[in-house]
Amino acid sequence: MRPARAQVLVAVDEEARQAGVERVLAALREALRDYGLAEEVQVIETGTLGPSGQGVVLAVYPDGVFYGRVQPQDVREIVEGHLLKGRPVARLRLPTAAPVARPGEILGRQTRVVLRNVGVIDPENIEEYLAQGGYEALAKALLGMKPEEVIEEVRRAGLRGRGGAGFPTGVKWAAVRQAPGPEKYVVCNADEGEPGTFKDRLLLEGDPHRILEAMAIAGYAVGAQRGIIYVRGEYTLSLRRLERALAQARAYGLLGENILESGFSFDIEVRPGAGAYVCGEETALLESLEGKRGWPRIRPPYPVTRGLWGKPTVVNNVETLANVPDILLRGAAWFRTLGTPTCPGTKVYTILGHVRFPGLVEVEMGTPLRALIYELGGGLRDGRALKAVLIGGAAGAFLTAEDLDVRLDFDSLAGRAAVLGSGAVLVMDDTACIVDMLGSILRFFRHESCGQCVPCRAGTDLLARLWEGIRRGQAQEEALDRMVEIAEVMRQASLCPLGQSLALPVRSALEKFRPEFLAHARGAPCPSCRREGP
Amino acid sequence: MEKKAILQKYPRSPDVLLALLHELQRANPQNCLTPEDLALAAAHLGLPLARVRDAATFYTMFSLKPRGKHVIRVCDSPNCHLFGAWSVVEELQRLLGIGVGETTPDGLFTLELTSCLGACGVAPVMMVDDEVFGNLTPGKVRRILEELRRGG
Repeated sequence: MRPARAQVLVAVDEEARQAGVERVLAALREALRDYGLAEEVQVIETGTLGPSGQGVVLAVYPDGVFYGRVQPQDVREIVEGHLLKGRPVARLRLPTAAPVARPGEILGRQTRVVLRNVGVIDPENIEEYLAQGGYEALAKALLGMKPEEVIEEVRRAGLRGRGGAGFPTGVKWAAVRQAPGPEKYVVCNADEGEPGTFKDRLLLEGDPHRILEAMAIAGYAVGAQRGIIYVRGEYTLSLRRLERALAQARAYGLLGENILESGFSFDIEVRPGAGAYVCGEETALLESLEGKRGWPRIRPPYPVTRGLWGKPTVVNNVETLANVPDILLRGAAWFRTLGTPTCPGTKVYTILGHVRFPGLVEVEMGTPLRALIYELGGGLRDGRALKAVLIGGAAGAFLTAEDLDVRLDFDSLAGRAAVLGSGAVLVMDDTACIVDMLGSILRFFRHESCGQCVPCRAGTDLLARLWEGIRRGQAQEEALDRMVEIAEVMRQASLCPLGQSLALPVRSALEKFRPEFLAHARGAPCPSCRREGP
Repeated sequence: MEKKAILQKYPRSPDVLLALLHELQRANPQNCLTPEDLALAAAHLGLPLARVRDAATFYTMFSLKPRGKHVIRVCDSPNCHLFGAWSVVEELQRLLGIGVGETTPDGLFTLELTSCLGACGVAPVMMVDDEVFGNLTPGKVRRILEELRRGG
């Protein structure tokens, strides 16, 4: 087959599916045939291209032109105008500030390591992953490195857990390796439930083999033979793509018995969750994997010594694992050229809310919040003013315009009493009512509290009730202080991060937007309010 | 699929419980787990019935109460909330004549809330059975319901 003159990358993810991508694809293939371009132009179905909320998105390479909200009836115009005559269709061009880099390239402020292949390769075809150097890191580890050397490389790279807590991955792996016993597990936490976060979903949908490869490397490093990916039950496309990727990897001998004749055997299973936010907490996840209700365990012991079925277990987040193949191939020193000295590497964010270009981006650790919102997110919509940024998800903190210069990494944010969390950045303009937003968060936590420990079970309910009083205009100023007090008790006394972290949104909202809460409490009108929930 | 055939696909190991319950629930036209399903799962996996029931009642995606043919789950997480999720919920309540957690008398729809569906770029979002719908407005919700009613 001749090399293609041009490539059309079509994002096929959950958003695109509901925007009718299948019909667009059919129309595209038909139009290419009709214009005699079927041989010259290659159509690649891939994961997200970055932009979110833009309907069916496609990109034409080598020109690097993005189209959004493409309908089947638009396709002929693109094929004839752009692919045949070389004139991009201005009407459909996407004014995106978040362009996708070709492999290894750096475009604008984005640095793509974990998203390198997302939106570039066909995630349902292992050959495309292999063509991008896929499974080379696994081969390098199995055939040329001792397990201890793999761990040492990850440790020297300074990789820290991207699930939220930022624990050093190499230290975790070393602990599992050193834990006694022949039976160990590698668990991938893909129970992505933090509201406003979908980076792991897009990684799984866009580059599933990267996660499988990283898990096999982790298995080799720690001495495990079995890996399990725990995926949210709602993520139907992720589940399907992972199953397909697993079957391909087994067929190619990259998972299973005696991988690459190295003597190392490793296989992976996929398990769906069933709708419980708390299962994102690693010990609750392990309970759930054992077929029980997802109640967090009392720690210590930690999973590194007593995890799944009581055996030493590595639990890593999807994004954390996605860094591993590149660290092994390009080395710890390369990884440390990215990010900050204490937080090397990149971080994936979902920028959402009242920004012009919502979507998925990957930037170096330590990038200022301002750059994320104004350069990558394109600034606020309709020229409105920034009111607040909820960073880290529902269990995150409200920041304001004063905080825009904070650098986004684990350590800098801790200085502002905020957490990096899962990378959710929800931007709100001056039409947003913070009282209303906090209500949404409190209802969420009341529903998701697992009910095991009293501070969280009672605290989430008390907070939601106090909030309802404020919302009805039937509260005294003391109610505000009482809320902060309850959240603080929960922070100190709850069993797991679910209860502990509610202090972040409660305290930050009440501190920074106190007049707004007071107005509500006294029944004074708030111009930014929307209609209310239960 | 026959319940027996479903059971046979799963190894007799407790860690497959959630996956098994998902499939048993899907096989039931009322979108719920029956007492028989729980007993079958318990016997197959060698678990006490109480343990199976314990898990089945913990997770939001399982229901022991009969539900409609279509389960509508609206996200009311902060991002969807910011974009008017509650007006979507209210429109659904009005059109269906039921509240959250209830099923229409004709057995066609159950209305539920869900945590974030990870499709925040097209907020507000709801999931109908396995399909995600985004950029919802009261008008769009009306059209989706009409289509589901026609589709039966």
